[in-house]
Amino acid sequence: MLQGVQIDLISQESLENMTSMEKIHLILDKVRQGTIVILEKGLEPDEQSKLIEMTMKEILPDDFNGIEMETYPSREEGSFLSRLIGRHSTSTRLTVIGPANQLKMIKKDKDQISAWISTR
Amino acid sequence: MDIFVQTKNRFSRFLSAFFKKKRSRIGIYGPPNAGKTTLANRIARDWAGDAVGAVSEIPHETRRALRKQDLCISGANGHSITIDIVDTPGVTTKIDYKEFLEYGLDKEEAITRAREATEGVAEAMHWLREDIDGVVYMLDSTSDPFQQVNIMMIGIIESRKLPVIIAANKIDLPDAAPQKIRSAFPQHPVVPISCLEGKNIEELYEQMVHSFR
Repeated sequence: MLQGVQIDLISQESLENMTSMEKIHLILDKVRQGTIVILEKGLEPDEQSKLIEMTMKEILPDDFNGIEMETYPSREEGSFLSRLIGRHSTSTRLTVIGPANQLKMIKKDKDQISAWISTR
Repeated sequence: MDIFVQTKNRFSRFLSAFFKKKRSRIGIYGPPNAGKTTLANRIARDWAGDAVGAVSEIPHETRRALRKQDLCISGANGHSITIDIVDTPGVTTKIDYKEFLEYGLDKEEAITRAREATEGVAEAMHWLREDIDGVVYMLDSTSDPFQQVNIMMIGIIESRKLPVIIAANKIDLPDAAPQKIRSAFPQHPVVPISCLEGKNIEELYEQMVHSFR
């Protein structure tokens, strides 16, 4: 039987059709089962805050230790003029999330995330 | 603290009460073992004469947000702020009770500590979204400032448009590199300090008065 780790890549389009809580539940349900989740577009800061809060509530001894998460630095978007008047937005980028006991980040820079994944 | 400063503090408190100055809740956030409680204790001792919570080398010593109310901090230019200091548990995305076993705790104690720590982190995140008016983000100058949790927390604080000061702690240690923290977060004021020795702490108070007014 083939052994390994499941990796789910979730498209930006799919994420845009979900509410914040749907995204968080989707991530935590998958990660709790040992799946590595790669989001094409990262979570908004408020969603990240809720993800940390919900993760803490899910932690159980000898079962689930929490999550490891890494993302490319977010990008400022908007024209020069919109930046000047403070109307620019921040675009979140590709994000990798996995169970803390299986996913270890090795290195990250602005264009590359290196991670090591182990089976359970 | 000398008599002059104590008298000045009392006078500032009197003026603040007289003019019913707004009281802000300032959260001390940061990763575990950055020195948050040591700073909260120092602020409370300097401006109110007592401490906030216990400190230890075991991560997650603070497992509940602790509040010290009504501290009046004065700057050199005569301005002052009245704040509640909220010392929060170290923010992280993972807590494994087995880490605590390495510090000599038995399994039951370690599991209890881990459970309390998870509740504390969840509570700290909730406070940040609902009840905090400004943040002192505490970093250990001997650690990598680019850790995901720091990037995420600063992003969350910025998205809420809260004023933030980054305190680069532990500059008394030989490996301290506060300039790395400055280059990681150039958009925010960074104050290198040693909470343990009190080094540069006056500079932090000046920055607090400036940023949290």
